[in-house]
Amino acid sequence: MAQMNMIQALNSAMDIALSKDPAVVLMGEDIGYFGGVFRCTEGLQRKHGEHRVLDAPIAEGGIVATAIGMGVNGMRPVVEIQFADYIYPAFDQIVSELARLRHRSAGDFYAPITIRTPCGGGIRGGQTHSQSPEGIFTHVSGIKVVMPSNPYDAKGMLLSAIEDDDPVVFFEPKRIYNGPFDGDPDKPARPWSTHPKGEVPEGHYTVPIGKAAIVRPGNAATIITYGTMVHVAEAAAEKSGIDAEIIDVRSMAPLDVDTLRSSVEKTGRCVIVHEATRFGGYGAELSATVQEECFWHLEAPIQRVTGWDTPYPHAFEWEYFPGQKRIINALRAVLEA
Amino acid sequence: MIQKSRLHIPHPPARPGEKPDFSYLQISQPGEVMRPDVNTHAMDMTDLAHSMVRVLKDDAKTTGPWNPHLEPEVLQVGLRHMMLTRAFDERMQRVQRQGKISFYVKCTGEEAVAVAQTMALRPGDMLFPSYRNQGLQVARGRKLVDLMCQCLSNTRDMCKGRQMPIMYHSKEGNLFSISGNLTTQYPQAVGWAMASAMKGEDDLAASWIGDGSTAEPDFHHALTFASVYQAPVILNVVNNQWAISTFQAFAGGTRVPFAARGLGYGIPGIRVDGNDFLAVYAVTQWAAERARTGAGPTLIEHVTYRASAHSTSDDPSRYRPKDEFEAWPLGDPITRLKQHLIQLGEWSEKQHEALEKELEKHAADSWKEACTYGTMSEGPSLDPSNMFEDVFKEMPEHLKKQREQMLAEGEK
Repeated sequence: MAQMNMIQALNSAMDIALSKDPAVVLMGEDIGYFGGVFRCTEGLQRKHGEHRVLDAPIAEGGIVATAIGMGVNGMRPVVEIQFADYIYPAFDQIVSELARLRHRSAGDFYAPITIRTPCGGGIRGGQTHSQSPEGIFTHVSGIKVVMPSNPYDAKGMLLSAIEDDDPVVFFEPKRIYNGPFDGDPDKPARPWSTHPKGEVPEGHYTVPIGKAAIVRPGNAATIITYGTMVHVAEAAAEKSGIDAEIIDVRSMAPLDVDTLRSSVEKTGRCVIVHEATRFGGYGAELSATVQEECFWHLEAPIQRVTGWDTPYPHAFEWEYFPGQKRIINALRAVLEA
Repeated sequence: MIQKSRLHIPHPPARPGEKPDFSYLQISQPGEVMRPDVNTHAMDMTDLAHSMVRVLKDDAKTTGPWNPHLEPEVLQVGLRHMMLTRAFDERMQRVQRQGKISFYVKCTGEEAVAVAQTMALRPGDMLFPSYRNQGLQVARGRKLVDLMCQCLSNTRDMCKGRQMPIMYHSKEGNLFSISGNLTTQYPQAVGWAMASAMKGEDDLAASWIGDGSTAEPDFHHALTFASVYQAPVILNVVNNQWAISTFQAFAGGTRVPFAARGLGYGIPGIRVDGNDFLAVYAVTQWAAERARTGAGPTLIEHVTYRASAHSTSDDPSRYRPKDEFEAWPLGDPITRLKQHLIQLGEWSEKQHEALEKELEKHAADSWKEACTYGTMSEGPSLDPSNMFEDVFKEMPEHLKKQREQMLAEGEK
């Protein structure tokens, strides 16, 4: 085992994938010689060569489209979109092409692509470097959508995504690249070395796509969340003294309904937390699923804690960010109902 | 597979530790390029896309048909705007390093492009800037303190705290709201120009992107629509050689100049020495005349060098030689215009030094004033609930509810 932050864990996963499978190629803006603006691919071009770790023109649609072509021709591309906020020029290629290729060709063609992209706020990135667009992609049939919340899962899930023959959009919550973040920006940064999930095997392992994780067992209420908000929810449960069970969804599509069901059947109360906007967001899917699966066990209306339905404001990052206080308020609301 | 790969991978001429090498750069002699009539067909002046319009010679004198013959007073104004832009950049870089603002982007070495172009255009012309065009704001007379307030997200921020630093706008100054996304505003400028033509007006639109951003499909959208409707628009590619860590060859700029991209669409492309204030002014004037007389759009490639980091989040010593700018064959635009004015007897080293000090002080004083309207940590601040405004013209019920929730939870 080694201590790794999320950047090192992702780097290790790509290093292993490149070593293990000659079909794996990486491509993205600034990812080659420079090693990526967040350093996730640092050293990989030096080690695996510039024919396997490619700097790309600034054209997200072109990156995904050419990756589809490479995938069809036997490669296994792992592409980086520098910020999730810049994924939209590739939207048509992802939605109309990548997601449907297998279906429309009756299984004859497919493109085993992983699209890595940093998402989420909390880094003073304003509206163009803070978005959480996962819900836009979970609405599309034919792609898998995941978001790890720690280095161990990041590495294991990235290897699963790369080895998966279906396309995976792999969201990386950049606020927790260097350490878990509990939602309090005034506290000193905490490194991953202080967290058990910062312990990462150096070799190959996978964390399956489609499996949620219970990160904190409890009986009073269930918090369903993912990404950065897992750590904020943990801190909120700790601070409030409420015995909440916290589920890290990890894989938004496909969704591990069983884990959600058995937890809410036990607690009877449910709070859904994500950083993305609320209206039509992924929380609505979670809420509908819990309602459908657990209606007769629910003791209170389901609560959602999310970003507000506005663009992410530069100046009011922490008023926008759904912090501990809002989660505690929602927990109290489901307990008092 | 590694050994067998036949794929071509572009390379920059030099990496850290290596000797800078600009031998790839095609440079014409000052005065060498012809100045065709504005109504000439794009295909009858293809050489403009492959050569380089230059007016200033090494001895700081002017030459050739592109000399715009500007009065010394105009040149002094241009010099002042460029120097003010640089003083502004230096101040903002420093305050970012002190943690006073979250982010900044300098335009060092590229000042002539934005300043000369703004001066060659009319106040009614609509500008769609990129994030490295602060010279447009300065030359359009935006006060430094207003720009600084935006960077501080304070009570006088024209964006009301909603945008990252440097994403300015000015409705009255005809400076469009800057987007952090690349090339998205290029085709929007074409649409603005189409509307100008529809309304029978003679205002034009201009937009700017970098070399790397030409790879985005919006570049193609802009050129297609501009060509089809012969829109009165000036489309600029500021080729500063680097897109963060990626050399311009990754946008295909070393095979055929970016200016030549226009020719495939039937749009005249013209390549200009972007550090030659007079040449930039002259080609912009020429393109503006084309737009205003109904001769159609023009694509201008400004050949320049990004002397600073991409942004305060970047470290260029990781991917290019530290001394590359010193080896840049087209020099520094401020130094070149200064030498020209001195050569005309209209400027002196002493005046230059005095102006430099004056502008530094102006930038420092402006910063002090901007801080009185609030900083990120102290002084007056905007009301956070304003984030719910302007999502729509009328605030819908669900946002009113969320605003109430935010205010109520803030009190708990």
